[in-house]
Amino acid sequence: MKDALIIGAGVVGGLIARELTRQGLSVTILEKMPDVAMGATRANSAIVHAGFDAKEGSLKARLNVRGSEMMEKTAEELGVRYRRCGSLVVAFSEEEEETLRTLLSRGERNGVKGLKILSRAELLAMEPNIGDGVTAALYAPSGAIVCPYELCIAAVGCAMDNGAELHRNFEVTAIEKTTDGYRLTSSSGESVTGRLVINCAGAYSDEVAKMAGAGTFTVHPRKGEYLLLDRECGDTVGRTIFRCPSKMGKGILVTPTVDGNLLLGPTAEDIGDKEDTATNAAGLVAVRRLATEQVRGIDFRKIITSFSGLRSVGSTGDFIIDMPIPDFVNVAAIESPGLTSAPAIAEYVTELLEKAGWHFTPKEDFNPRRTPSHAFRDATIEEKNRMIATRPDYAHIVCRCETVSEGEIVDAIRRNPGAVDIDGVKRRTRATMGRCQGGFCTPYIAEILSRELGIPYEEVTKSGGASRLNVGRTK
Amino acid sequence: MKKDLVIIGGGPAGMAAAVAAYRAGVRDLLILEREEKLGGILTQCIHNGFGLHRFGEELTGPEYAWRYEKEVAELNIPYLTETTVISLAPDKTVTAMNRTLGVFTIEAGTVILAMGCRERPKGALNIPGTRPAGIYTAGTAQKFVNRKGYLPGREVVILGSGDIGLIMARRMTLEGAKVKAVCELLPYSGGLARNIEQCLNDFGIPLRLSTTVVEIHGKDRLEGVTVAAVDEERRPIESTREYIPCDTLLLSCGLIPENELTRGAGIAMDAVTGGAVTDEERETDLPGVFAAGNVLHVHDLVDYVSEEAEIAGRAAARYLAGHRPEGKPITVRAEGGVRYTVPRRITGHGAVKIFFRVGDVYRDREIAVFDGDRLLYSRKTKKLAPGEMETVALSAEKIASVESGEIRVTLRDPKNNK
Repeated sequence: MKDALIIGAGVVGGLIARELTRQGLSVTILEKMPDVAMGATRANSAIVHAGFDAKEGSLKARLNVRGSEMMEKTAEELGVRYRRCGSLVVAFSEEEEETLRTLLSRGERNGVKGLKILSRAELLAMEPNIGDGVTAALYAPSGAIVCPYELCIAAVGCAMDNGAELHRNFEVTAIEKTTDGYRLTSSSGESVTGRLVINCAGAYSDEVAKMAGAGTFTVHPRKGEYLLLDRECGDTVGRTIFRCPSKMGKGILVTPTVDGNLLLGPTAEDIGDKEDTATNAAGLVAVRRLATEQVRGIDFRKIITSFSGLRSVGSTGDFIIDMPIPDFVNVAAIESPGLTSAPAIAEYVTELLEKAGWHFTPKEDFNPRRTPSHAFRDATIEEKNRMIATRPDYAHIVCRCETVSEGEIVDAIRRNPGAVDIDGVKRRTRATMGRCQGGFCTPYIAEILSRELGIPYEEVTKSGGASRLNVGRTK
Repeated sequence: MKKDLVIIGGGPAGMAAAVAAYRAGVRDLLILEREEKLGGILTQCIHNGFGLHRFGEELTGPEYAWRYEKEVAELNIPYLTETTVISLAPDKTVTAMNRTLGVFTIEAGTVILAMGCRERPKGALNIPGTRPAGIYTAGTAQKFVNRKGYLPGREVVILGSGDIGLIMARRMTLEGAKVKAVCELLPYSGGLARNIEQCLNDFGIPLRLSTTVVEIHGKDRLEGVTVAAVDEERRPIESTREYIPCDTLLLSCGLIPENELTRGAGIAMDAVTGGAVTDEERETDLPGVFAAGNVLHVHDLVDYVSEEAEIAGRAAARYLAGHRPEGKPITVRAEGGVRYTVPRRITGHGAVKIFFRVGDVYRDREIAVFDGDRLLYSRKTKKLAPGEMETVALSAEKIASVESGEIRVTLRDPKNNK
């Protein structure tokens, strides 16, 4: 029997797993997909919000500001790329300038530091490509960017390095109360027991709560579509450029990413299907049109890919983090600013448990750190050659566009939590993420996966399940 | 390490350049190849049709490559495989890496860029829908089938009618897959006429012109695509949407010269070809750095790649020997339906063959070259198509006679001489 069972290996589940492991609990993470970071964590705006959006007094406001403070250190410890680039909310009218002032005072009440309203002239000095119709902006120097799936992978990996277990392909279908905790059963009939359950099931957190009789809230998916542009375009803007928020969210943003790409999006469309991550032509056209209003000179010929993600919008309007029945914690409706809040959510859950009478004996030899997945890439030539001397596969480039070596791909498969498919390697190394989108290296990565995992070549998948790359041998 | 000549890429261009440079006297040279063997993309092109111009016979890709591999071996031209060049500095320092040497640098006297090209991926096409497995560029599918021995799918739609797509339509059919359609956004194919005949028509595979894929369906693996006809402005016509069940979508939507190293060295680029701007020696604006093959502009036939690479190889030898071509420099301008020319500059020291492609399908046009208003050259043609590369050979006398410092390569209608 484990101390804690965490349902869902997204960025929230991952950071909670790390935190509870640090507090000395034995932890098992249950993930229904073949890999971690497969839900909202996989596809979102990758922004660390300053904290002026959420209504004062809300859990969102509190955890956003705290999370924003914690993120830099968390990312540094986990070897995850993070950049405090600052953010701007732009106004296109008198009315929107009024909104900026509202956001400014709300932000100040929320405890956000350094907020300032800029005139168009000041803004142009900062961001020369700002759109012609922009009249003023709210500047937040504490706005930052981070890679969400890298953060999640590193958090789960850190928890695992410190003893946590990860069960993949474990879709919880039944939750029973036992004398000293809970028994969770999967769709394939496996079961695990634990004294404590943390529901971090994202879009399905409402269903998981219902299974346990632990809540009547609902979560519905809100689709956001994005366009990603080549790294050649990464310096079109230096900061994250938001529009004024509406009731559907923060609107389209234009932002550099930690990898140096330019990211545009998201749309906001409430949908019924929790699995529907298809993009549609109208959404992508809308992203282009709106992004062009905010920022001039976006080179749409340099689009690398489009994708969409689902935000988990809750029925209460705020994050739902509670313990409605003993030793069962809901961490639900973690929509924006969920990524920003994630480190603070882990801290908050720990406090919640302490209030409920849990006593922790922190793990003495807990290692909060993890070698960055980009350690080789960022090394000096001398360091690289030292690494190559013991691991020559670091010198064999497999992904030419992103310069990813065989050694880094092997690491991605061997390190916690190991990649098991092409997309898993992609999220851990950037291989296939470049200009050719895997055209050259996919057959090679499949070879490495086949070799490292000991599976036949034709069983290698793009993204688990039925997503095999090949259907069989040739004649 | 120091080398007189470093050749980046060991495909058909790199090998032909190395052999030509060797024969012109260069001995201190090295080919750097990122794959595990020489040959470049030819190693997976197991169909025939290569070498008709060069060798007067139809060879397969590996056979064509072998002719050059043999020469490289016989001349003892050194090469490193599984060696990736990371950067080229403006002072011609090449930084590369491999398992035995780690990260290493070479101070090169001259460099020949021969990195080839890559296919335009799905992301760049930005087709709405899901992102399942089963969507590949035609070249990736070709690698799976021809090099690895695996079949990527059984029911196939191909978007784009570039040559690799046409070749793969036939290949997948021969492997037992059903190719349901080849869709081409444009009203004409960008592939060679002979490939449309031999790869589609001979197998009864429909080529649907002015048609594109507008949506991708399927969760884990591709389940189908929606195709639609497009209007004159290439916008999909809603009423023509049609769902085609398939487990594989192959993309053959154009090739892009792979010039990240070239750009990194600050070399001037041609926006139309995606390659460097060069003179007829294939020398870029960085003295001593030459480019040849698909890295310079996408060729239709490998025979022309070899020819171009030999020009660059000989020119590199001449550069190393301290000879610079002397003459009255001439710029070359593409006009009136001619999309681009290679070269863009002429040194003026002798005869020149200008390679070019047209931007549309033209019938009964005259290819004309002007020096100012003076007609320097003309040739009647029956049909010109974007898929086929055209050439104009100008003699040393004609080059010497150019007065305006610029020649214009254009198309005109012989009926009204415009």
